[in-house]
Amino acid sequence: MTLALAVDIGLAMLILAMAGWTIAVRDTFASVIGFVTYGLLLTLVWVRLAMPDVALTEAAMGGGLTGALLIGGAARLRRTEAAVRTERPGMLTRTLAAVLSATVTAALAICVLNLPDPAPTLAPDAAAKLGSTGVGNPVTAVLLAYRSMDTLLEAIVVLLALFGVWSLAHDRFWGGCPQLRTHADSEGILAYFARILPPIGIIVGVYIFWIGADFPGGKFQGATILAAMWLLVIGAGLAYFPPISQAWLRILLVAGPLVFMVIGFAGIVTAGAVFAYPIGFAKPLILAIEIALMPTLVLALALLVAGAPQRMPPQ
Amino acid sequence: MNGPMLFGLCAAALIGFGLYSLIVNPQPLRKIIGFNIIGSGVFLLFGTIARRGAAVGMGGDPVPQALLITGIVVAFSATALAVSLLLRLFDEGGVVTLDNEAAPTETTTDPSDT
Repeated sequence: MTLALAVDIGLAMLILAMAGWTIAVRDTFASVIGFVTYGLLLTLVWVRLAMPDVALTEAAMGGGLTGALLIGGAARLRRTEAAVRTERPGMLTRTLAAVLSATVTAALAICVLNLPDPAPTLAPDAAAKLGSTGVGNPVTAVLLAYRSMDTLLEAIVVLLALFGVWSLAHDRFWGGCPQLRTHADSEGILAYFARILPPIGIIVGVYIFWIGADFPGGKFQGATILAAMWLLVIGAGLAYFPPISQAWLRILLVAGPLVFMVIGFAGIVTAGAVFAYPIGFAKPLILAIEIALMPTLVLALALLVAGAPQRMPPQ
Repeated sequence: MNGPMLFGLCAAALIGFGLYSLIVNPQPLRKIIGFNIIGSGVFLLFGTIARRGAAVGMGGDPVPQALLITGIVVAFSATALAVSLLLRLFDEGGVVTLDNEAAPTETTTDPSDT
């Protein structure tokens, strides 16, 4: 047994233990903290699987933003804990659930053990055309050149989710400001961090966005870091969310997908196919799409964490 | 036994864990967490398949990797929507339950809703 395999086995055990604890622990708040830890461990697995792009996304989204979202939810729902706990299903349901889960796991495990060999791969195809896209990171090439339709639809899904969240606002707060429920001390350590960290975080976020063309990174990871910085400043009480009725906010939110669509459909004329780029212009067009998508993603991701509007802006 | 296969089996177990939690845990927020554990298991399984496709100097097949990034972002968006729905349910009645019988019967029907 090699050392690398020993590390992998240790990591897999740790992840399974963490997932088990997250599920079994009584307190929901503790479960959320367990889930964040689990997300960070999963990031290590992505590194072990040689997928730094996915690792960055998992760390930023899976652990970070999802964690912030769930912590906010758990804090607000804390009072309902005791009442819900009495609804725990009986022995029969639990046994059936365990049998069902074990069956699913066993079926998947059999599939894993019988995966085809040699494994099918599109890596040679992706590598063959990489030069024509002008980007050096094959994952970015897939996201923005080979399968850019997926990425456009993904940006639209993020926006649709945000509209869904907004539409859950009470009628009287429609067009108002979302709010993070924090009890920040303006002289406390959080406020101190919220002043010190954002300049560093913004540089890291923009760097990860920029470097994504040729190295691991990209707009989703960069946008998540920038969104986190904005949330940090707001969470510390140093700034507030804008009212969702603001025109600039709405324009920035739709600008990214709109630019993407315009460039995509312009491909019919300039390159003969939807989402095709004219030869020699791939890199500048990809860059234009990424730059337009960036504010959309930063705003949408932060506002998704913030939730529905909860107060009207002060007149 | 190698690294990717080990994590593939780990993913299969995580999907089982998540499914059990989704069914058994009565608290809706815990169901959302369980659903996310299923999701991460599916991602990890897909990642295992991507890793097995390593070729021409790439650590893994880039196409599933890009889909994984897309999937993680979409999972986050769906989670945000689910949490918002839950918080709105809490705002309405002060209780959070998916149990039909325990739900308050005097639901405040707003005539303007129709």
